[in-house]
Amino acid sequence: MKQISDPAELRSVARNLRAKTIETSSRTGTPHLASCLSTLDLLTALYFSVLRIDPKNPRDIGRDRFILSKGHGAMALFHVLAHRGFYSEEMLITYGEDGGIFGEHPPAPDQLPGIEAATGSLGHGLPMSLGIALAARIQKLSYNVYALLGDGECNEGSIWECAMLAAAQRTNNLCAIVDFNKWQATGRSQEILALDSLVDKWRAFGWDTHEIDGHDISAILSALSNFPSACSKPTAIIAHTVKGKGVSFMEDDNNWHYRIPTEDEVLKSKEELGVL
Amino acid sequence: MRNAFADEMTKLAVLDPRLILLSGDIGNKLFDKFKDVAPTRFYNCGVAEGNMMSVAAGMALNNLRPVVYTITPFTTTRCFEQIRVDVCYHKAPVIIVGTGSGLSYAKLGPTHHSLEDIAILRTLPGIRVIAPCDSIELRLAMRAVLEDNIPAYIRIGKKGEVDIHASPPKFKIGEAIIVRPGNDMALLCTGTLMYETLKAADILEKIGISAEVVSFHTVKPLDKIYLQNASTRFNLLVTVEEHSRIGGFGSAVSEWRSSTNCNVQQISLGTDDEFMHEVGSQGYARKKYGLTAENIAARVAASLKA
Repeated sequence: MKQISDPAELRSVARNLRAKTIETSSRTGTPHLASCLSTLDLLTALYFSVLRIDPKNPRDIGRDRFILSKGHGAMALFHVLAHRGFYSEEMLITYGEDGGIFGEHPPAPDQLPGIEAATGSLGHGLPMSLGIALAARIQKLSYNVYALLGDGECNEGSIWECAMLAAAQRTNNLCAIVDFNKWQATGRSQEILALDSLVDKWRAFGWDTHEIDGHDISAILSALSNFPSACSKPTAIIAHTVKGKGVSFMEDDNNWHYRIPTEDEVLKSKEELGVL
Repeated sequence: MRNAFADEMTKLAVLDPRLILLSGDIGNKLFDKFKDVAPTRFYNCGVAEGNMMSVAAGMALNNLRPVVYTITPFTTTRCFEQIRVDVCYHKAPVIIVGTGSGLSYAKLGPTHHSLEDIAILRTLPGIRVIAPCDSIELRLAMRAVLEDNIPAYIRIGKKGEVDIHASPPKFKIGEAIIVRPGNDMALLCTGTLMYETLKAADILEKIGISAEVVSFHTVKPLDKIYLQNASTRFNLLVTVEEHSRIGGFGSAVSEWRSSTNCNVQQISLGTDDEFMHEVGSQGYARKKYGLTAENIAARVAASLKA
């Protein structure tokens, strides 16, 4: 599959992936649907336009690395990887089955092509990404490393430990993207811990920080085109997103952190997405 | 031992371009020679051990061999989840080194004691748990784990530990070393209490008890072949460790005994189930918990007499 540069085509891919993710959630009873839907424009832009990857050679030493630090978005990532050709979409029929590989979080990298880290315990993926980015420098390789974080995940102290070391090491091949959907499991992320201003925090921690609409494909591509930063800093992209994006009755409703859509709700969602 | 560690790391860095050293803001000047030979492979990760462990895992998954070094509680209990998930679950070949283990930092108080590290780390699938008895075993262990391609934890002392081996013995991970053969019972020691254990054997010899002294430098995987043989030769095994009696080397031997229905008698010597509130030297702390040659010998003599 060739990389896609047309934003309209990317939007179409994202709509289809949203529909597949919703179907999977309903069919398999997998939660975190709304958390998956907020990531999908970012994941689509990365996997279909930005990452230098070859699904036929998933362990190529020079490949760009993507780490889903918010591991509970795995259901979306599994569909993205299948659609990108890392494995067949038919494999996802086994989703959630006993003895299978597709669960609620990414498995260990040796279990599934395209997975770089088994995340799910929050606050681990970004620090591992830093190690992977430093490994490129040490071995004189030119790959870039992208980590997708949740705003709730920014509660974890290890994120900020990592932010300081990445800045001290001038790790400019590392890009952290925060899926800033303003919710975490049990409430508004700003009310649970004082996150504001997330942009100022990342900037103060020494990162080249950009703020975008995380559902505007053109804005995502534009922000990612400025990475790696010319100023020897790691890059942070604070992407404003909507939890449950793409389905009116899910958008910004935190019940969909855990709720499973009924068959009827799947049909309504697909109608809204224009995917039938 | 920490000087031997720094020296061995420097030698290995010359030989192996994959070797990386990550330090948790510790070892001022200790690693100057390492930095001279490998200036791009030393990372002071600051006082942020959780992040340091994950960074090491990321490196290890990308063809490097990182060694994570700081004071034992901070490289084990503090970042246990990073070891569990990022290192062990990923089978990332990180080498974790804890310095000043056990009661080496007795004077610094329980924040700096490590009497639980063997217990918690050996629960993790796939990790090697190694406690060399001296600098010579430490150097051999470093080389052995580098040749391995799986996670390893090496628990070392601080400084001034007496060398036990006159020359490098045959060293294999998971294979205990008989330091002094004996006929009546076996003293099985892991880590830096070996000097006291050997002195205990001297005391026992004077009262007619021939003790075999064994360095169990590897707690996981446990040398079951030696234990099987020892259980046919002896009626009494005594485990010696500067670690809690709960969950450590003695517990590992007990688990082996129960899993094999072995009825050899075992005495586990280690620290009590408490935090040590009083200040004292390592020698004072060892005496408090009965980890001296005199007490080890007395426990053996009393048991055999009974």
